[in-house]
Amino acid sequence: MDKRLASLAEAVSRIPDGATVMIGGFGGSGAPIELIHALIDHGAKHLTVVNNNAGNGHVGLAALIEQGQVDKLICSFPRSADPVVFTEAYRAGSIELELVPQGTLAERIRAGGAGIPAFYTPTSYGTDLAKGKPVAEFDGRSYVQERWLKADFALIKAETGDPHGNLTYRMAARNFNPIMATAAAVTIAQVTRVVERGGIDPEQVVTPGIFVDHVVEVAAPAQEEALNRAEVVYP
Amino acid sequence: MSDIQDIKLSNAQIAWRAAQDIEDGAYVNLGIGFPEMVARFQPEGRQAIFHTENGVLDFGKAPAPGEEDWDCINAGKKAITIKPGTAFFHHADSFAMVRGGHLDVAILGAYEVAQSGDLANWSTGKGGVPAVGGAMDLVHGARRVAVLTDHVTKKGEPKLVAECTLPLTGVGCVTRVYTSLAVVDIEDGKFILREKVPAISLEDLQAVTGAPLHVEGEIGDLIAPEELA
Repeated sequence: MDKRLASLAEAVSRIPDGATVMIGGFGGSGAPIELIHALIDHGAKHLTVVNNNAGNGHVGLAALIEQGQVDKLICSFPRSADPVVFTEAYRAGSIELELVPQGTLAERIRAGGAGIPAFYTPTSYGTDLAKGKPVAEFDGRSYVQERWLKADFALIKAETGDPHGNLTYRMAARNFNPIMATAAAVTIAQVTRVVERGGIDPEQVVTPGIFVDHVVEVAAPAQEEALNRAEVVYP
Repeated sequence: MSDIQDIKLSNAQIAWRAAQDIEDGAYVNLGIGFPEMVARFQPEGRQAIFHTENGVLDFGKAPAPGEEDWDCINAGKKAITIKPGTAFFHHADSFAMVRGGHLDVAILGAYEVAQSGDLANWSTGKGGVPAVGGAMDLVHGARRVAVLTDHVTKKGEPKLVAECTLPLTGVGCVTRVYTSLAVVDIEDGKFILREKVPAISLEDLQAVTGAPLHVEGEIGDLIAPEELA
């Protein structure tokens, strides 16, 4: 088995218009910038994107939104140092926002990957974000029912990958990437380093290859923060 | 009545006071912004273990400018460093720590805190782009949920209120409030005054508080280091 692909363009080529796409990262850390830019080049439109944030500056997710490719965003915190792209699209009514508390977003994704269609959480009970959701009491405390979240594709960033799709991550760039890998029909990982089989110590594997469909090497990945400091605009 | 501006504690002094209540070895999450300041004032000989929502436990100080590694950030997206004992984990594990009762203390900012322990700190209700982040998760699960805040708004309105008027972050979740004038516990739907700055009378403090302040036993003096003023 060999899940390696030679190009980013090939990796994203089967993402159709209207797809739901999970994109890993928390702010810029762990954001698969090169995969997002390949998706911009590919041009799929009317996407529903799941990400913790809403992009920063004019690269990565912000650029995908700026190109008009995103109809709906599911996220917890659509603010950043430079959120102008999302903010303008939101004010113009050209993008729909589903705001989800961060831990609920993570657990909905985890549930989606684990085959759990719904769960109860104390988070958001009694708040505006619980409106319309079933509530139940367990052991004297009230909880809100939340539904799983799944996607057609997940675009994630990892540090090391092998031909089976086993992955390791780097520092806090892990964040949403491992759980999104489990919750999509097709998971595409950009990795800084591809190694041969046996190149990752089995004890160190964070995402087992069963959750990963394609691995593409991007040897020197861009950091959103660095691109924004250099005022890069994509494309 | 003495002018509140002259006698109130600075943000650093409020953060210092909150830090005095954090035990050695406690697992602590500090909200973005003002609460982050608490980490600076850990008493000598105590070491709390700080958690940040994006998947880091026991991180080190901010790096020098130019030394940032943007894979190593906190929930405020500021660069941090690792140190011996640091652990990384994914987001579902991070919020299992939060909701699962594994944190000892969460310290947050507030727009309003009600005597019931209800907290409003995520939306001013005025429109614009709504953003919630981890606030609604953090108010559940930590053994103590403390709030740092000015006692009154910029317009002089009470921030400790009978009932919140702004959109809620959580219901009945706050256990202690550190303000610029007082330390107030919330028990059984009541504000219990524990400490106040010596220069304000109980009567004047009550006048800038939106619900009754109950007194149980002695009221301590709220005194913070002068150099933080």
